[in-house]
Amino acid sequence: MSWLICLKGIIWREMLRFYHQRSRLIGALVRPLMWLLVFATGFRAALGVAIAPPYDTYIPYAVYVLPGLVGMVQLFNAMQSSLSMVYDREMGSMRALLLSPLPRWYLIVCKLLAGVAVSIVQAYAFLGVAYLFGDDAPPAGYLSVLPALLLNGVMLGALGLLLSSLIRQLENFAGVMNFVVFPLFFLSTALYPIWKIQEGSEILAQICQFNPFTYGVEMIRFALYGQIDGLSVLVVSGAGALFLVAAVLGYSPSKGLTRLKAG
Amino acid sequence: MSDALAVEQVGHSYGRRRALEGVSFAIPQGGFTALLGPNGAGKSTLFSLITRLFDCREGRISLFGHDLGKSPGQALRQLGVVFQQPTLDLDLTVEQNLRYAADLHGLPSRIAKPRIERELARLELLPRRKDKARALNGGHRRRVEIARALIHDPRLLLLDEPTVGLDVPARKALITQVHSLCRQDGLAVLWATHLVDEIDIDHDRLVVLDKGKVWAEGSAQDVLAAAGCGLGELFSKLTEEGAAP
Repeated sequence: MSWLICLKGIIWREMLRFYHQRSRLIGALVRPLMWLLVFATGFRAALGVAIAPPYDTYIPYAVYVLPGLVGMVQLFNAMQSSLSMVYDREMGSMRALLLSPLPRWYLIVCKLLAGVAVSIVQAYAFLGVAYLFGDDAPPAGYLSVLPALLLNGVMLGALGLLLSSLIRQLENFAGVMNFVVFPLFFLSTALYPIWKIQEGSEILAQICQFNPFTYGVEMIRFALYGQIDGLSVLVVSGAGALFLVAAVLGYSPSKGLTRLKAG
Repeated sequence: MSDALAVEQVGHSYGRRRALEGVSFAIPQGGFTALLGPNGAGKSTLFSLITRLFDCREGRISLFGHDLGKSPGQALRQLGVVFQQPTLDLDLTVEQNLRYAADLHGLPSRIAKPRIERELARLELLPRRKDKARALNGGHRRRVEIARALIHDPRLLLLDEPTVGLDVPARKALITQVHSLCRQDGLAVLWATHLVDEIDIDHDRLVVLDKGKVWAEGSAQDVLAAAGCGLGELFSKLTEEGAAP
């Protein structure tokens, strides 16, 4: 029972924090909407997207890019959570969390799930706004995409936690954007299908196939159409488990988490 | 009866630099113990080990007989902590900060609610319960941190230089409040400080830490009698380069 209360408390605190930081929600929506409403509109004529599963007909580019942008919302939220972990550690407020008598691995998992809950709220907010602009998915897709959002959120959140355990100073976080977020996003199928990338560069296409975010996006894409892409589910689950184990090890007391100065 | 806190031969290094070396002392149940040491003595490192922010790789730490390495959950349940660096969530209200702490300790609402009321009343925070922590002054923030540290009814309260940044009246009020908690609840308190005027020579126990080692331990009166000098002089000796009492 106490484990559940702890989980509820951490999720509640994360939600409350998210509610207080309204600009975070606006920021989370504006970024993908710019892509959807400006970039996708511009490329509508230039990019023809042929029939490929899960689509059963030719689709406009905005339809193709929608799952990728949902993935983008989750990716940026994971990095935001990671940033706030580094901030909490620098400011000291993470110590309050770690004084809980519950095992540290469990506290890290709770923190991860709290971040995932926020990312799902953001993803649905984005899907809602996109719907208002006419970029929608099948009605049942809004429900069937939920497990995919959960799994993708866990994978990206675990990656964010892992990064936060490795980054020692807030100032170093800018590097994460350049060396993690942008490569993950641009070297994936979020913006173009793999065959389109292959036409331009075989090497880039190969890299995209090794990128776990590619599989997160594909998992969301299929789930939005009520389908399951087995390979994507497998890769995302495996990568998520790997990142989570590494993050838990990174936050082990033996690592001297808070990097205090001697005093 | 086991000690509230037993620290046995504890050592810790930051790379090649030794921060603690063979530290041993015990805190009895109930009573106020001051951990006196100048800046850089190793007090915060010791607190990080006692609170398990760092793993204790050399020596052994136990709380009320529970080994911190072997049963950390049982040990941490006995412990309330106020760190030197403020750890409140500034965007949450006073009450929300306490509720969050209660949740982290797995307290169900029926237990947490009356305890929050009790601590708010005891630390005179009832009028500020709906205020965000950000809106409080340093003294009030410290009181909230103490209330939060007590929410799970710990039997040992650790405070790491809790008066840093407070003005003289707020400092005095805080010391009086913690002493009174100690008397009323039979709470054991370990108060780390580098300010000699925070120590009550007639009643407090004293552990003197400097350069990562314990130099003296016992009632403040016994320690001073053994040192053959006053508290101020003892501290001056500690802070002199290369000197140790």
